[in-house]
Amino acid sequence: MGAPVKNEPGSTAVASRDAFGDALVRLGETHPELVVLEADLSESTRSKKFAKKFPNRFFQMGIAEANMLGAAAGLSLAGKVPFCCSFACFVTSRFDQVRMSVCYSATNVRIVGSHAGVGIGEDGYSQMGLEDIALMRSIPTMTVIQPADDLETAGAVEALLTHKGPAFLRTTRQKLERVNKEGYKFELGKGVTLVDGKDLTIVATGGTVGPAVHAAALLAKDGVSARVINIHTIKPLDVPLLAKAARETKRILTVEDHQITGGLGGAVCEALADAEPVRIRRHGVLDVFGESGTPEGLYKHFKLDADGIAEVARDFLK
Amino acid sequence: MPKDPDMLPESLESLKLRAFDLRIDNLTAITAAASGHPGGTLSAMDIMQALFFGEMRHRPADPHWAERDRFVLSKGHAVPALYTVLAHAGYFSRDLLPTLRRLGSPLQGHPANFLLPGIEASTGSLGQGFSIAIGMALASKLDKTPDGDKFRVYALIGDGESQEGQIWEAAMAAPKYKLDNLVVILDHNKGQIDGFVDEVMSLNPIADKWRAFNWHVVTCDGHDYTSIRAALAEARATKGKPTFILAETTKGKGVSFMEGKVGWHGVAPTQAQLEDAVKELNAAKAAFESTATVGAVGAVGRTN
Repeated sequence: MGAPVKNEPGSTAVASRDAFGDALVRLGETHPELVVLEADLSESTRSKKFAKKFPNRFFQMGIAEANMLGAAAGLSLAGKVPFCCSFACFVTSRFDQVRMSVCYSATNVRIVGSHAGVGIGEDGYSQMGLEDIALMRSIPTMTVIQPADDLETAGAVEALLTHKGPAFLRTTRQKLERVNKEGYKFELGKGVTLVDGKDLTIVATGGTVGPAVHAAALLAKDGVSARVINIHTIKPLDVPLLAKAARETKRILTVEDHQITGGLGGAVCEALADAEPVRIRRHGVLDVFGESGTPEGLYKHFKLDADGIAEVARDFLK
Repeated sequence: MPKDPDMLPESLESLKLRAFDLRIDNLTAITAAASGHPGGTLSAMDIMQALFFGEMRHRPADPHWAERDRFVLSKGHAVPALYTVLAHAGYFSRDLLPTLRRLGSPLQGHPANFLLPGIEASTGSLGQGFSIAIGMALASKLDKTPDGDKFRVYALIGDGESQEGQIWEAAMAAPKYKLDNLVVILDHNKGQIDGFVDEVMSLNPIADKWRAFNWHVVTCDGHDYTSIRAALAEARATKGKPTFILAETTKGKGVSFMEGKVGWHGVAPTQAQLEDAVKELNAAKAAFESTATVGAVGAVGRTN
């Protein structure tokens, strides 16, 4: 339970990259200002569906991410809403272009980084977005979003059509079980309490939200009441919701498929140090490189599956 | 002379005459800031004036007009020259120029597009403005009407900047999309901070490189308005591919003790040096006025 969902036939789980690709196609019909740029990974990022349907509004820029980001900025400055796609690690590594051309030029570029975290599996560290959240959230004006399921992804893409300012959307290669209910309404900047509890709060994002919900169920069997908050918007962070959880449960465990340095854990620590200092345990990739393996094996190895999160929570409560 | 009301119509004589004032205002602002880039502003000044007076369709009183032609200063450190040209074109008061680089001024040391009308992109990290210009040119093509592209886009890049890998990513991309509404101009002044370009990292053969990347390549004298205008006209007439203009320029052009000296890349003049420069420019302007049959220069164009 709670590991990355295997790509089994008939599974209802959807990778957020797929939900993203579908949302682009759907919204492309009614939003002529929506354009997409790609750096030779359209099959992997799922921008290919948009490319087939709207070839005139799809720009294949080749393996040249720096130029792609600049071109996206120019399209935005001329009134378009560009979604600029690649793997999270590659596109955010062009940090200077994001900082200057996308953010400091006051654009509405949406950088879409797929293949978040160790959840990508076999390709190994070079293809894993593991420092991307830390990079993106350090830049003024940038919004950072990581949806936890298909409904949230669709809502986030729609919100980004009208949102003012640059944004980073982080999607997964692996399928994500649904954590929200049908009819879910995405609200940018608002955390979502999925499970109520009083002994500690597990704050998760993206691919670790499903496992965190299952971990809460495992902890409940031990008599531990864990609250679970899904933070889909890492910047701007929902500080009131997190401060309330800190006041009420006294302990915060952050869980992310990203380095613990500068990611969700870093953001929560920074915010609560000011707003409501309590004990915080940051859990994720513990300042080490990722490696090859199956997605399930890696989630187990890095203790990002339900068992692993529950184990870390028990240790934290000792 | 262009008839289009959205061009600032200018005679060659008035361009030449204003070029002296632009240089004086530019150096005065840099001296007041006590920092900046005299060499590369003076090499780029005539190209920028030629663009904003007689080539581009734009409305200084309506700087966000959707159909305006765009100018992206990719070599962002030359922005005092752009501020000066924009002020003379009527985008804002010339009184703003001496606030260059001061705390709270919209005239940042390098361009910030959200602070000042006429600045189309924030640049200063080299290699990036050109890519932004490509995105604008793509948008212009997307929005084209039976009358043609929505607008034209001009990007000015530098020699040292051409060492950035992103320049060549962008050079590869623009011909793919047949961006004949895009003109890239190289301010080929042959210097950069650490010395002569040929010593730091040679670009040669620069024109051949752009030809090999499938650009239409034109060469001009970047200080001769007839030559610059001819190159821009050729770019306008070129269909199906973008145009690269190799503008041969001189670093520090117009001030004898600055010309061709790479040491003037990023050092502001002292007050005494400014006075010498202004004296020289004013003398040259007076000499030009006495020979030119300019007549009522002030009545031509819409300058402030």
